[in-house]
Amino acid sequence: MQRVRVRADMPPGHVRTPTYLRGKTGLTERVLGPFPNPEELAYRHKGAALPLHRVRFRMGDLWGDAAETPDDTLEAEIYAHWLELADAP
Amino acid sequence: MPHDHHDHLSPSGHPYRSDDDHPLTYWQTMEIAVRELLIEKGVTTASDIAKQIDAMDARNPAMGAQVVARYWTDPAFAAALLADGAQATREMGFDIGPMKLIALPNAPDLHNIVVCTLCSCYPRNLLGLPPDWYKSRAYRSRTVREPRKVLAEFGVTLADGTEVRVHDSTADMRYIVIPNRPAGTEGWDAEALAALVTRDSMIGTGIARTP
Amino acid sequence: MGGDAAGPVPTDQHDFALWEKRVDALMVLCSGKGLFTVDGLRRVLEDMGENSFETMTYYERWIASVNQNLIEAGAYTTAELAAKMSQIKARGDTYGEASDAAR
Repeated sequence: MQRVRVRADMPPGHVRTPTYLRGKTGLTERVLGPFPNPEELAYRHKGAALPLHRVRFRMGDLWGDAAETPDDTLEAEIYAHWLELADAP
Repeated sequence: MPHDHHDHLSPSGHPYRSDDDHPLTYWQTMEIAVRELLIEKGVTTASDIAKQIDAMDARNPAMGAQVVARYWTDPAFAAALLADGAQATREMGFDIGPMKLIALPNAPDLHNIVVCTLCSCYPRNLLGLPPDWYKSRAYRSRTVREPRKVLAEFGVTLADGTEVRVHDSTADMRYIVIPNRPAGTEGWDAEALAALVTRDSMIGTGIARTP
Repeated sequence: MGGDAAGPVPTDQHDFALWEKRVDALMVLCSGKGLFTVDGLRRVLEDMGENSFETMTYYERWIASVNQNLIEAGAYTTAELAAKMSQIKARGDTYGEASDAAR
């Protein structure tokens, strides 16, 4: 599985990347799509086709010491333009 | 219309939210206006709207329960469902429209639970409309951070060593949890097994009933 | 919203009223006609702000968003909507009277 980091950008408007995942690092579990970019579809544009990654995060990496159970996991669908390759820890 | 939408009790026994004998609200007025304008402009028809409502009413968790029961009893189907959830579901005869579906099998040491923090994405074309709590601020806020506390509120306690995996339905995919098959159901057929599969067990806020 | 503190998950359940089912049906039918996408629906819901969760019900927010998307798509104009809403209000004081009068 590929290690990826979610971009920490905070643009206005419609995006499908939850705020709590921005800047967090996880592993791509599978790649889906391509699907049209929802950030463009939302404003009546056609939407460039983008790969959609299902990224698996450790709860400990999302919430730090406040994590309920650090080794529990969370998976979310993140569009490719929100992801950067991350180095191995 | 094929059936009366004005019954006092729904098939599930819950009261319909009454709407005919309360003062007309601004938003209800807007709904009537939008509907009538779309019909006048030829975008849709009263009959198409009624048909769409009936189609949505016909979708319910029993459809998902059949998918789960078949997963438990038919290994070839289970493999097909994991490979392409939507296609396998369609091949069972369910009209799920363009929905893309991922099946999430639980395991003795893994419990899946689904939430949509950004809106209220739900496999509505298979399970029907989502329950109110699924759309609530509390469920959407807390499930990604303290899923075990949320599970406890739903009465779900997990064996020690079980990993909880939360799925935030953020984009194009929809999810159905495949609960663990209850003990004591060896030799049961799919129809009998389907009766054990609850709506909540397919969202992950429950487990299948035990016989 | 994801990760925010919040109280217990509410367990109340209601079955959807006819007007709510109609909003749902209009969303599905208009998406199917290419008048808007679910992304456009969500964009307007988000632009309404978090406060709308406190002041409006689920399908109240939806009809507001469906309407805005339809006006943006040119399905009808604000003036047409305004006139139609006034006409509907004049039909009666309940949803039943206002909705069924034209049928």
